[in-house]
Amino acid sequence: MSFIPDIRLFSCHYTSQQSCADEGRELNQLNFPENVKMTRVVCTGKLEEITLLKAFEDGADGVYVVGCPAEGCHNVRGSQRAAKRVEAVRSALSELGVEEERAKMFFLPRGLHPEFVDVAQEMNDQVTELGPSPF
Amino acid sequence: MIIAERKPLAEIIEMIQDCKKILVLACRGCVTVCSAGGEREAEILASLIRLGLKKAGKSAEVFDASLVRQCDKEYIDSIDQFKGQYDAIVSTACGVGVNFIANLRPEDNVFPALNTTFFGGSAEQGVWTEQCAGCGDCVLHLTGGLCPVARCAKNLMNGPCGGSVDGRCEIHSEVDCVWQNIYDRMGRLQRQEEMTVSAPIRDWSTAGHGGPRKQVREDLTV
Repeated sequence: MSFIPDIRLFSCHYTSQQSCADEGRELNQLNFPENVKMTRVVCTGKLEEITLLKAFEDGADGVYVVGCPAEGCHNVRGSQRAAKRVEAVRSALSELGVEEERAKMFFLPRGLHPEFVDVAQEMNDQVTELGPSPF
Repeated sequence: MIIAERKPLAEIIEMIQDCKKILVLACRGCVTVCSAGGEREAEILASLIRLGLKKAGKSAEVFDASLVRQCDKEYIDSIDQFKGQYDAIVSTACGVGVNFIANLRPEDNVFPALNTTFFGGSAEQGVWTEQCAGCGDCVLHLTGGLCPVARCAKNLMNGPCGGSVDGRCEIHSEVDCVWQNIYDRMGRLQRQEEMTVSAPIRDWSTAGHGGPRKQVREDLTV
């Protein structure tokens, strides 16, 4: 039986605003993986490290964050802060002997761009290859 | 304040690997300010311990809580609320807090989550630097307020050593030579002449060489 990873996405409200247009139907048409569960946050800078860790505790095989371009965040440094927290999680995963690729940060512009779907597929492929989380 | 940093996770998890019910206990004092052991860090550590134990095939309940300070009997007494509930307390306080729990709670297992590193200050966000060695015999009045005991790699009392390059320490090239700083500062204060006087021989007995130190303020005791 093929492994379908449980992937959690925490996305900036602005980056993902178009993704939820038309009740997400457009996103589905672009082959956004169904197993990627998206949570929109007002700003990725609002994300806490514990939120990402709790996702792993909750059974996620991979967790990623999509925020504004580092120099173009609506809240100035929000996505830079998020990247630091993702890096802290990656470092902790590494300390625990777990592949740090299970957590990633992506910087994408606002609106529905092909990259938004591309990174979801990239994470999906990456985590599928890694296999189930050891947690 | 006291500066500390989290121990490697493997070290922490090895300490408590056979415990079934664990309390990660934060301190809202210095370690909160230096982002090493406050409530946020304790919550993160509790999660990481759960993940680490699960990965190792072990099961345990891990909780987190906090005290106002773990270095103060008045506050640490409230640890009674957890009495008998946990196999282990993982303290994210500095070493003082861990000692206080061990002193006051002889029946409780307590483990350190942090390495306590030095007395320092926050130079900028996310950066802490050592400023004081707690030697118990300040010479700051002789050195323009800059401490050679803590900040000179060679602990010289009559510096500079002659090895600094462009005002940087020859041992740690990214660190200012504190004796260069003292020299420059004394110059700005027009106190250069004081530097021609040899520093008095230090009495290191106050620096902990005679065992643990104790201070009593009779005016405060009841």
